[in-house]
Amino acid sequence: MTKIKVLDPRGYPPKVVGKRLADRPMTLDGKVLYLIDCLFDNSDVFMEQLRQWFAEHIPGCETRVVKPRESWVDDPELRARVAADGDAAIIGVGL
Amino acid sequence: MALEQQGVPTIPVSTHVFARLAKATAVAGGLPTTRSCFVPQPVVARTPSELRAYVEGMDPVHKRPFMQGVLEGLTEPLNDEDLKDASFERDAPRYLEPDTEDNLRLFFMEQGWTDYLPIMLPTEERVEAMLKGTSHAADRFVGYLRPTNFREAWGFDVEKVAINAVMAGARPDYLPVILTAAASGVSARSSSTTSWATLSFVNGPIRKEIGMNDGVGAMGPYNHANATIGRAYCLVSQNCQGGSMPGDTYMGSLGNNYNYTACFAEAEERSPWSPFHVDHGFKPDDSVISIFFGGWYTHSGFGPRETWQEKFIRCLVAADHYSPPVFVMDPIVAREFIKLGFDKQSLIRWLSEHALMKAKNYWDDQWVTTLVKPHAEAGVEPMASRLRADPEELVSIFAPDAIKIIVMGGETQGAFKMLSGRYMNRAVNTLSSTRTDTKGAPPGLIDYWR
Repeated sequence: MTKIKVLDPRGYPPKVVGKRLADRPMTLDGKVLYLIDCLFDNSDVFMEQLRQWFAEHIPGCETRVVKPRESWVDDPELRARVAADGDAAIIGVGL
Repeated sequence: MALEQQGVPTIPVSTHVFARLAKATAVAGGLPTTRSCFVPQPVVARTPSELRAYVEGMDPVHKRPFMQGVLEGLTEPLNDEDLKDASFERDAPRYLEPDTEDNLRLFFMEQGWTDYLPIMLPTEERVEAMLKGTSHAADRFVGYLRPTNFREAWGFDVEKVAINAVMAGARPDYLPVILTAAASGVSARSSSTTSWATLSFVNGPIRKEIGMNDGVGAMGPYNHANATIGRAYCLVSQNCQGGSMPGDTYMGSLGNNYNYTACFAEAEERSPWSPFHVDHGFKPDDSVISIFFGGWYTHSGFGPRETWQEKFIRCLVAADHYSPPVFVMDPIVAREFIKLGFDKQSLIRWLSEHALMKAKNYWDDQWVTTLVKPHAEAGVEPMASRLRADPEELVSIFAPDAIKIIVMGGETQGAFKMLSGRYMNRAVNTLSSTRTDTKGAPPGLIDYWR
């Protein structure tokens, strides 16, 4: 059977630049934990349940529920605020 | 991932059906050991107690208690795997390994590079012939595409577009139209769970030059140019953006038939109104492709009959109101509206004025809640007024500039369709417009790519 040569239809992927996870605290007790509601439908209800769980089980952890300006769009101001006075974050519930 | 870079330990929470997507996004973002946690699908419409059960229940992906994953993810020290350099380059070969035609056809299908309909294999000869359809060099950079705005964007050049145009069965003289669509930065293979598609409409002299059909069966499979241009745009999108694979780079729950091909031509010569592209700032002799992001709904009707107003209102209110409408109407319908005293703009104004919905119904919509409500809460008009409205109060759902009318059809029937479609030529992908050297070329201008 004759072999033929064809071209690859795929685009050019960007180089993946490795990054590093942030160092973890030993405990969440006494820390500020941001609960970031990503605005997807009903994620605010989920985040409230998460907030209540922390209040009941790790009362020494201060939780702050916050929302970005828009869903699925980066919010640098919110990130700056979380980075400035937060020790950890949970973001959800994302698609 | 950006928060991790700013020194904040972060747990992203998703529903379990997005596990593969979450992993792929983490790898592409250079953080493959991102400590994701998952809850069951769905979260939408679940009660507080049901969501509390999610919190206290099992992570269906990692098979461990959800909160165990959250707490360990936030407090366990980084391990060797976390500290490995996650940088890597991916191959972008120009050619595939030579093989038999049958094997290559199977290979393309297995790789997810087709739409599962037969393709033309992109041999060197065919691609070279296709490239004669444009004056631009094969290695000229065209733009970027991505499945959705939080995924990585892949780049592509003229040759990559030509390869996909060959696969779709297009002719070289269609290539400028396909290049223009690809350069828009709007993917015809959005990965949204809501199954978007693009609808494209061509205006100007090129319609006749390449023999597009704006007559009988204008929206159907009755013309080579219409069929293969639309298909090529779809194949370029899926292959040049890094794929359109279910569960990974495609998450549309129902899918969308417009994702096979959806490119049409306006019947400018038989329309009683100005051509669509002229209404949007182009000259009559410009050749233009106008891209609409939509495909959620299609309503059909005939007339206008005596009760046309009620019919149009029913269509408007039945629309998924996050996605504005484009009315496609046969020249017969357009001429009848003129007899009723309307021109195109006055008809659009009428449609906007009568596109009304109770506020409670307007806000009881997943996408309006997710994507519009934050702007309303921030005080942006007219969304803020809609949010202040009494639940029973009627609110406007489509502004006049969101409603479009395009004329086509074979005049065998006074038919119209109302399709979901947001006009995108003004919202070109910023990555594409800033990284290409197409400055001065308005989005959609086909002549630029001749």
